[in-house]
Amino acid sequence: MTDNIVEINNLSFGYKGRLLHKGINMSFARGKVIAIMGGSGSGKTTLLRLIGGQLKPVHGEVRVDGDVVHEQDRDGIYRLRRKMGMLFQMGALFTDLSVFENVAFPIREHTNLPESMIRDLVMMKLQAVGLRGAHKLKATELSGGMARRVALARAVALDPAIIMYDEPFAGLDPISMGVICNLIRSLNDALGATSIVVTHDVKETFSFVDYVYFVSQGVVVAEGTPDELRKSDLPFVHQFVHGEADGPVPFHYPAPDYKRDMLRGHDV
Amino acid sequence: MERTTIDLWVGIFAAAGAAAIFGLAMKVGNLTTTSIGETYAVTAAFENIGGLKPRAPVKSAGVVVGRVDGIEFDSTNYEAKVTLKLDKRYPFPKDTFASIYTAGLLGEQYVGLDAGGDTNSLKAGDKIMHTQDAVVLEKMISQFLYNKASETKSPETTQSKVSE
Amino acid sequence: MYKSVIGLLQGIGHRLVDRLWRFGSGARFFFYVLIYSGESFRRLHLTIREIYFTGVMSLIIILVSAFFVGMVLALQGYNTLQRYGSSEAIGVLVALSLVRELGPVVTALLFAGRAGTAITAEIGLMKATEQLSAMEMMAVSPIARVVAPRFWAGVISMPLLAALFSMVGVLGGYLVAVPLIGVDNGAFWSQMQANVDFRADIVNGIIKSCVFGVACTMIALFEGYDAPPTAEGVSRATTRTVVNSSLAVLGLDFVMTSFMIG
Repeated sequence: MTDNIVEINNLSFGYKGRLLHKGINMSFARGKVIAIMGGSGSGKTTLLRLIGGQLKPVHGEVRVDGDVVHEQDRDGIYRLRRKMGMLFQMGALFTDLSVFENVAFPIREHTNLPESMIRDLVMMKLQAVGLRGAHKLKATELSGGMARRVALARAVALDPAIIMYDEPFAGLDPISMGVICNLIRSLNDALGATSIVVTHDVKETFSFVDYVYFVSQGVVVAEGTPDELRKSDLPFVHQFVHGEADGPVPFHYPAPDYKRDMLRGHDV
Repeated sequence: MERTTIDLWVGIFAAAGAAAIFGLAMKVGNLTTTSIGETYAVTAAFENIGGLKPRAPVKSAGVVVGRVDGIEFDSTNYEAKVTLKLDKRYPFPKDTFASIYTAGLLGEQYVGLDAGGDTNSLKAGDKIMHTQDAVVLEKMISQFLYNKASETKSPETTQSKVSE
Repeated sequence: MYKSVIGLLQGIGHRLVDRLWRFGSGARFFFYVLIYSGESFRRLHLTIREIYFTGVMSLIIILVSAFFVGMVLALQGYNTLQRYGSSEAIGVLVALSLVRELGPVVTALLFAGRAGTAITAEIGLMKATEQLSAMEMMAVSPIARVVAPRFWAGVISMPLLAALFSMVGVLGGYLVAVPLIGVDNGAFWSQMQANVDFRADIVNGIIKSCVFGVACTMIALFEGYDAPPTAEGVSRATTRTVVNSSLAVLGLDFVMTSFMIG
């Protein structure tokens, strides 16, 4: 058993001739919380889908627990996915089910446990996210933050070895954000799992992750612990960490010369 | 497994649907009137069957005793060979008359059987020897006109015999 | 001028190829649904739940429409038949029109409008809110768990609804013809029974409604599954469901009727 539960080796991926990722190398150690950060559209969420086997790479490979993901057949991929739990951006709860049924869903689908055991498991997971009292509510009756927490309970229902988070802080108020941060860390440590967090929220993320990868223009531009990156001199990292308006990621969308555009060709 | 209200409604729905199909078959369709019993087949030759169609009824004394099964053209005799399927419960003597009648004035055509006096009954595969063709409207009209024309010539009316 | 004609032809060709492509991918989708259907029967409660939402919830519109259609048939039919002294054939007219054509076809059109659009919107929204993706990541096939039960629910519901439509329509026709207009009760039923054949008419009607069930449900499911995951995409998909289902039903009706009449 290697030290890294997930390895991305020289990965290239893209659509219709345009490459989104050009030779990405990442490794995710067991028991750690790792963040993948970058600007919007840099392909962070796509990396999660590549790890989960929803997409196939153009070059390179993704290894989960030693197995190459895109070489698996349908049963193999489903076997790998049972080791993973994923929290989607807006929760993606099943709207026709209640909170209880949502968390119970993976347990019912993959095990033959009796109802009493399922009830105990669901209640334990809901207790971990602080929503045991809400188990009777319908999924549509929840606020954004609560829905996110229920989705988290569902993602860890089968005690996965890898938990993936797709922009877990998007659209949350500060209190909910703090709650989710704590939950990501505590669940990871309690389960001994590996958490991969895709986000662009610097302040919250740097407070609890162990390692960070910065992705820009299809490659990993920087990596390190949060402390190392805060002190980094790399222009992109600096712009990102300190939230500067202009830098390697330009403010202006490519456009012709300003003076000429405004004068519309008239002589000055 | 828990029973829910949904199951109840689906059960009611399925039962109602099945009842509707059953009701259609019984009350609306002819399932009760078609004889599902055993039949025996006989043939009859006609010079003109008019508008007789397969599955037309075969009646005797007004009661349906069978169905027309198939109609073929016999090119050796230039006749129509009609296969009749008769209910096994009703035997007919060998000298039965088979005629083609019309239900109502302009309705569907059916085969009417008039029993003869022979002690021997028709068996499967037998041929009915005495047949009467369908009345073709045009022939009737031309005959009527011919009669009318000859009436003006002589007072006697000539009854034309329909050929066997 | 020349360029716009070329542009027009290009547009038509492009749309035609696009339609063919979608039809092909719809056919592939159909086969996946059939292949993954085992679960719909092993876990029957999934299918039963969908029968409730497609079949039972459509009952009211089907039954009320059937009632009115039957009554109108009787009224219009009597109006024409009594001119030829054949008003006693009103039962035959109502029954044959319903059992052979109106029952299966109108039921299918109403089904497409009510249950079909609901299915399309539901699946489209599930796709847009990433619920189907979440299911995939949980190693549950969305086609087996979400799509196939709805398919079989539609196929089972449709003939039941069509039979109910025909039955209620005949009753509606009866209520107009006998108590209201005064046609003889006995003549109404006896003429009908003599002229409506179980195999040629009723069974053919049921076969038609099964085929319509497959077509309408499949179209609704595919449009939902294939819809772009935006609000606009889903709304366009529901419109396409109704249009394509209606055209398919009417086209298949013609094809099947021409086979059955021979």
